[in-house]
Amino acid sequence: MGREVATAIVDGILTGGVYALMAVGLTLIFGVLDIINIAQGVLVILGAYLSYSLFNKLHIDPFLGLLITIPAMFAVGVIIHWAFIRRLRGTERTSMTLLVTYAVALIIEGTLFKIYGANNVQISPSYVNSTVHVLGFYVGWIYIWGFVLAVAGVAAVYALLYRTRFGRSVRATMQDETAARLVGISVNRVSALTFGIGVAVTAAGGLVYGATNTFNANSGYDLISRLLSIVILGGMGSVGGALGASVFMLTLESLVTIWQPTWAVAVYYAALVIVLLYRPTGLFGRKAVRAQ
Amino acid sequence: MSAPLPWFSRNAIALGAVALSVGVLAACSSGGSSSSSSSSSSSGSSSPASSSGAASSATANSTPITVGASLSLTGDFSADGQAFKQGYTLWVKDVNAAGGILGRQVQLTILDDKSDPNQVVTNYQTLINTDHVDLTFGPFSSLLTAPASQVAARNGYAFVEGAGGAPSVFDTAWNQTDHNVFDVSLPVADELMPFVNYIASLPAATRDKLTAAYPSADDPFATPPVQLAQSKLEALGVKTVYSKVFPEESSSYKPQADLVANSKADIVVLGSTDVPTVAAFMSEFAQDHYTPKLFIAAAGPDQGASFIKAVAPAGNATGMMVPNSWYPGYADAASEKMVSEYVAQYGGTASGVNADVAEAYSVGQVVAQAITAVGSVDNAKIISYLHSGVTLTTVQGTAKFDALGENANADGFIFQWQNNGTKFVQVLPATSPGSVPILAVKPAWAS
Repeated sequence: MGREVATAIVDGILTGGVYALMAVGLTLIFGVLDIINIAQGVLVILGAYLSYSLFNKLHIDPFLGLLITIPAMFAVGVIIHWAFIRRLRGTERTSMTLLVTYAVALIIEGTLFKIYGANNVQISPSYVNSTVHVLGFYVGWIYIWGFVLAVAGVAAVYALLYRTRFGRSVRATMQDETAARLVGISVNRVSALTFGIGVAVTAAGGLVYGATNTFNANSGYDLISRLLSIVILGGMGSVGGALGASVFMLTLESLVTIWQPTWAVAVYYAALVIVLLYRPTGLFGRKAVRAQ
Repeated sequence: MSAPLPWFSRNAIALGAVALSVGVLAACSSGGSSSSSSSSSSSGSSSPASSSGAASSATANSTPITVGASLSLTGDFSADGQAFKQGYTLWVKDVNAAGGILGRQVQLTILDDKSDPNQVVTNYQTLINTDHVDLTFGPFSSLLTAPASQVAARNGYAFVEGAGGAPSVFDTAWNQTDHNVFDVSLPVADELMPFVNYIASLPAATRDKLTAAYPSADDPFATPPVQLAQSKLEALGVKTVYSKVFPEESSSYKPQADLVANSKADIVVLGSTDVPTVAAFMSEFAQDHYTPKLFIAAAGPDQGASFIKAVAPAGNATGMMVPNSWYPGYADAASEKMVSEYVAQYGGTASGVNADVAEAYSVGQVVAQAITAVGSVDNAKIISYLHSGVTLTTVQGTAKFDALGENANADGFIFQWQNNGTKFVQVLPATSPGSVPILAVKPAWAS
């Protein structure tokens, strides 16, 4: 039993890293721009397909390919914002983004389906099943690199938001849009760039997800509910919270799996409800998260 | 009176509700979506059905025979749904090229159910009550066939299907009453018996040392055969070291796979419904440096190129086994013709043809023979004919339906990938014609 528990904890931490990588962009958009990006799961799959195509068609290593896929996904994010998001105004803006981003998800899913078909694929560089033997456990390198990417991604986004002039502009815009305009901040530009960054990080999430799971155009729907729950549990806008919540939730699920796998999902969501009852701002959230 | 929640708290709760709603929807709906979109492989007007279920006569009737089906063109079963669509479409093309049935061309309407058990019900209601199709063909998976068959039963339609072999499909109250379901494929409950019989054929001294793990998805297709195999193998002295049912919608299969790997079972019997589940277990086993001696999955490895593309490198497929009643190398003239037509139309190789294609094609064949025999598309007559004990021919072999519509003639075989994942061959029962020697020990995973 001790070995099973240890395995479950290791699994939770490693798979939590993969989910954090996918959720960090969502929490950025969700918490900072008040946009519920239902398309984030499908965007992760788009990122996975980009890495898949670069590797299979052009033989570019998926990790090296991030130099291409991250800017590409950033451009996709900026275009989505320009075409759909910036037009939403007023008190219904937050709820309207649900519908708009769902439409975006359908468009992307349909396009991916037309291009790649329904068959499941996986990003499979030669090292995808390589492992390192640590303390009696085999740990997949792909999960280790995924976790490293998650920590690096979270740190980079955090630094960008809270340690740069641009980040201050973002938070100022969301605190008071009118005041931000008065001090010379280009609100539309800041919003577009923030949305672009939130989508850009899905390139890394998509890479690791696609290397550890098979996927097709539809796989994004399985992801989005988990990602939303992670973001809420971690605290909206808290990029570090996304990492902490991912690890917490996936470890909890792994531990429950030892006892009864069919209860894992139920316990996952029950934990979310309990946490929200006692900490409505999430595990790592603060009421004044934007004023950090 | 409580103080109003701060903005952040209110939104957190509201958005939490959104996340939960999406989660519940995803759990309730395999496809994660309840909206409908339709596609039609052929279009045109359809003749209205009678209230008893389309009783138009064939006499001097040149209008097309309209057939409706709901398939999982998107959603979790989309790979299977697309293969089924290919099978149905291929059959329509062949039958129309041969002059149709009773001199009438066949028109096929396919609606997308997004792998959703609710949407599949809506689709068949649309096909029957709005489109007034003459006949209905079944969807993909037992999960969707059971609720869909109720709509067909209520409207007096025969429901011939190729991928609903779970006991839950035949044991429904409406099928017990109306007897309208006919599965042209292998009933799944005892589909692993050839594998069990193989273990039984091993020397007792060898058998008693074997251990087995039974991870299974929570699905009406996957669980019954795995549970039956477990009880039979335990009776043979094979020790169970892991047996758990896991949810189909899992954020990661890594924990389940790692627990199986920790058990170091000699045999893994995986209750899977699709390729991703099998591929995930294979990948995690490889990372755990654990190779079971025998690895059989309820579904997935029978999906031809879909399976090989998803597992990498392809050599890792070697030794993977799956039960079914058909494979692309099946020595039957009609089957060989269908396979060659498929390759000509869709490309690839014979080994890459998904078994779903044959299952779908067989549905059309059975219905065509029934229409020809009764001389009309009267569903009541078709139901009565199919229950008459008649033996029909399909690309999967013969079909003869028992009282509940199971194919009593379906022979179960075990198929295995061999030769570095390039050959998909029949291995069990070893004495059956067409069987080649089983790869008795799965080679280690390629790193």
